[in-house]
Formats: sequence, C-alpha cells, structure tokens
Amino acid sequence: MAEILVVAEHDNAKLDKATLHGVTAAAALGTVTLLVAGEGAAAVAEAAAKVAGVAKVVHVDDAAYAEPVAENLASLVVAMADGYDGFVVGASTFGKNLMPRVAALLDLAQISDIVEVVGPKSFKRYIYAGNALATVETRDAKLALTVRTTAFPAAATEGGSASVETVQAVAPSDLVKFLGREVSASERPELTSARVVVSGGRGMGSGENFVIVEALADQLGAAVGASRAAVDAGYVPNDYQVGQTGKIVAPELYVAVGISGAIQHLAGMKDSKVIVAINKDEEAPIFQVADYGLVGDLFTIVPQLTEALKASKAAS
Amino acid sequence: MKILVPVKRVVDYNVTVRVKADGSGVETANVKMSMNPFDEIANEEAIRLKEKGAASEVVAVTIGEAKAQETLRTAMAMGADRALHVETQARTDTELQPLAVAKLLQALVEREQPDLVIMGKQAIDDDSNQTGQMLAALLGWPQATFASKIELVEGGLEVTREVDAGLEKLWVKLPAIVTVDLRLNEPRYASLPNIMKAKKKPIDKLTPEELGVDTAPRLTYVKVEEPPKRQAGVKVADVPALLDKLKSEAGVI
Repeated sequence: MAEILVVAEHDNAKLDKATLHGVTAAAALGTVTLLVAGEGAAAVAEAAAKVAGVAKVVHVDDAAYAEPVAENLASLVVAMADGYDGFVVGASTFGKNLMPRVAALLDLAQISDIVEVVGPKSFKRYIYAGNALATVETRDAKLALTVRTTAFPAAATEGGSASVETVQAVAPSDLVKFLGREVSASERPELTSARVVVSGGRGMGSGENFVIVEALADQLGAAVGASRAAVDAGYVPNDYQVGQTGKIVAPELYVAVGISGAIQHLAGMKDSKVIVAINKDEEAPIFQVADYGLVGDLFTIVPQLTEALKASKAAS
Repeated sequence: MKILVPVKRVVDYNVTVRVKADGSGVETANVKMSMNPFDEIANEEAIRLKEKGAASEVVAVTIGEAKAQETLRTAMAMGADRALHVETQARTDTELQPLAVAKLLQALVEREQPDLVIMGKQAIDDDSNQTGQMLAALLGWPQATFASKIELVEGGLEVTREVDAGLEKLWVKLPAIVTVDLRLNEPRYASLPNIMKAKKKPIDKLTPEELGVDTAPRLTYVKVEEPPKRQAGVKVADVPALLDKLKSEAGVI
C-alpha cells in the first residue's frame, strides 16, 4: 500500500475544507498521513485526527509555520519525504503555491488539478480552460498532485481515529517574510463550497450595482461570485473570481447575472448541477450551458426574482 | 537590476480549441497563436520597472519551435531589450513539461545572472501553474506567486498576492521569482515604430543540449478527449416561470 502525505491547509484554528477533498483523493491511492504544520495549531491536529480515512497525523508546532510560507513548508515536506510515495494538496492558492516547489526539490513531475484517479500513476485533468480532458500518467517513482476540490467529495470530519506524532521543524528561510493579509469579510458561505452561487459580470455596470446580486444571494443563502471582467473592472475583489484562473465552483445552483460566458468563465462553473443565466443578449454563449435562461434586463429581473423568493418564503 | 521574463507561445485565448479525433492532443495547426496573456503582464511589469529606472535590462526568453521567435519579437516590441530562444521541436502544451522548462530556465538564469525573474502564473494551454515555483525551488530563491502588486524596497520586493481568501503580502529578498496574476497591470500594445525596432533587436539561439538539460517528458499524455458537453436548456419567459422550473423540475430551491 502506498504511503501518501497530504499537506493540511489551515489558519492555526481550523482545517480548511480543501484539505478534506484532498484526503478523499489521497485515500484512493494509499494510506493517508496528514501533515499539520502550524503555530499553536493543536486544535487543527486534533480535528485532523478525526477526519475519516486519515491513518496518521504529523503535527509540527513552530513559528516558522505560523503563516503558509511555501519555502518553509516545502523544506519540511522534503525533510519528511523518504517515508512517502506521494504528496497531495488541494488545488487552492495554498496548494498551487506549495506543491510545485516540493515537486521540483524532489525532482518529480507534478500533475496539477486532478479531477479523477484512474490508477496508481494515472489521473485525469483538464487542459485548455476545460476544453480538453487529458489522461496523464507519470513515469516518476513518486506522485506530486494537486486536487480539484469540486471533483472529490469532502472526507467526513468525524469517524477517524488517527495517531498523532510530532516532528521537529526545519530551519526557516530568511529569504522571505510574511507581512500580512487582507481578508474580505463576509457572512455569506464560502464560494468554493457553497450550495448556491450567484455571480455577476460586466453587465452589472458598477460595484454599487452588485447590491442587487447580494440581495438575491441573501434570499438563496448563496455565495457571491463574479466573472473576470467584473473583477478587472474593480466592481468586486479578486477573491470573487470564478473561472479558469480563479476559483472552480460546482454548486447545486449557479445563477449567472450579466455574464456573457467566455470560455475562461465557463471553465470555472460548468460542472454546476443547475445553471441559470440572466442576460439581455439572447446570443450570449452563457445560454449554451444554462439549464434555464431568462433574456432581459437584469436590473428588472433580479430584483423581481429576489422579491418573488421573499414572497414565497413568507407564504410557506 | 536585470530582469528575465520567460514568455510562452500558446493558442490565442479567443480560439475555441478542437480536440484531435485520434485522441493525441489539441489541434494547433493553422490556429492563431499568441503570447500567453499572463506572460504579457509579466513582460509589461518588467518594462515598467525599467522605465522607472529600477531595472537596467529586460531579457525575454522563450522555449519552443522556430515560430516561437514571433513571441519574442512581440516581447521586444513591447520594450524588452533582447531575447533568448531555446529551440525545441517538442509540443510545448504536452511534451515539454514544467519541470523541464524550469530546468532550462535555471540554466539560463545561471548564464544571465538576473536579479529578478518575472513570469506568468500559468500558461493557458496546459493550465499547470507550476514553472515559476519549480524554478524558485531549483535555484533556492524565494517565490512570490500570483502577484497583483510589486514594490521595490531595500534589498528586496514587497509583493501583494491574490489568494483564495483575499490578499497576502510577502517580502522576498532578491534575487527572487515573481509569478503574476491578472490584476498586476494592463499590458500595452506595441506601436508600429516599436514593432519595426524590435526586428533589429538580437535573439540568441540555444538548444536544450547546449544547456545540458534533459527535457524528456516525465508525464505521458495517454489520451486527450473532448469533455462531456453540457446541453443547452430552455429559455423561460419570466420570473414566475423560472421559479416554477427551479422548484418543480430542478428541485434546487
């Protein structure tokens, strides 16, 4: 049985959901060890030990891992590498930043953003913005993978009873310093794991106009996303972006408002279960992937939809 | 400060790609090619640093077939000073893979001794998002990926990075690798006089053999297929009709 090391993403308090999807993919390949490197992250290590499918947790507590600095985490993974046949992380910005550094230090080819485990060395992944699906096989002795979180279910957070082992930190790099972060505060569900997503595009016309998207999202208990055009125009922050190079989402319901449907956007949402498109241009490519299309002025339709949802809630 | 900017020739982002019927890959013959959009942003940033007086020279580099020279001419028409071309016949979307590219770039960095490498975070053909991080690892340099702002400070750079939760800020000591995201800048269009001037700028040609790098693929593309197609659904007349469909047919609300 292959030994697979999954690098946990966390904020020293809570395990990130991307890691749970990574565990599921790793469990299809072998016995899973979860590495929790942090500072004062004992609660994360405890939670990690309860994740179903995790055989062992390796906990490293050191100031070097207080923040997710790729240089320091990569050195740690490389120091532990001998005991493992594969290295796995969720394809979040954390994982995308880290895994290639690990792979190169170990002279391994990486397979990015896998959507299916075909065999012990063989995986499916999308190329060309989701317009081609490649089956890729590595000839290397070990695996280095990032995992598309929407393609694998999250491992259960209860039911596991892994052993917890602590190991020594590796001396941190003095070539890099973490200076700080700006997190967009939101009461809404997280974009990549929300059951419903409402996204706005260039058709919104301004950042202020996003209030109508937010009002609809509130009625649906949805996360708010955006197309690249809306982010580039400065309507909303970068972490709203859904698409080839932004976030990949696959909710039960995706509502695209004023989004034309460039292939780069479709790459990030076309695995949604149900897609609704609201756009004034009936030729917009978004209608080619939408289950339900509504042609018209979004500034009329979206508030109507919000009110109708409100009314139907009040009635039930 | 000398800056190296790796640029890749890819299928233009506006082209709808076609998967070949034999499952061997994506059709690239007679398809419009252009510089990877992220690399344009990287090149633009390097040129702006030079225009501000912070950089002395911008060297563009590409790895690929003879025609990849067009991409170098574009980089130089935008403002890069000179260029390096590592020529290979391998398909750059599938056969020449990120680890091999990182090793070739490592060899070029050792020759050219730049203080900074700025490159795209991802190429829009293989969508790997690996090469910059791999190059940083091989050189033992720090990495600042997904940059949306780069500021020069004493001894290094302060880089704002686009991450899933918002923004992060890192300090990296030079020499360093920066990979760029979409919001860093808006690349310029090359003017006609600059396009003409770029034709006279030098391109040094090299081969992987001269650089002593084994570029044999580690990954086999067993099959490339058309992804399952989503069928277009129906257009509904109004909001009540939409709500009815979502409730009774789709069952999602």
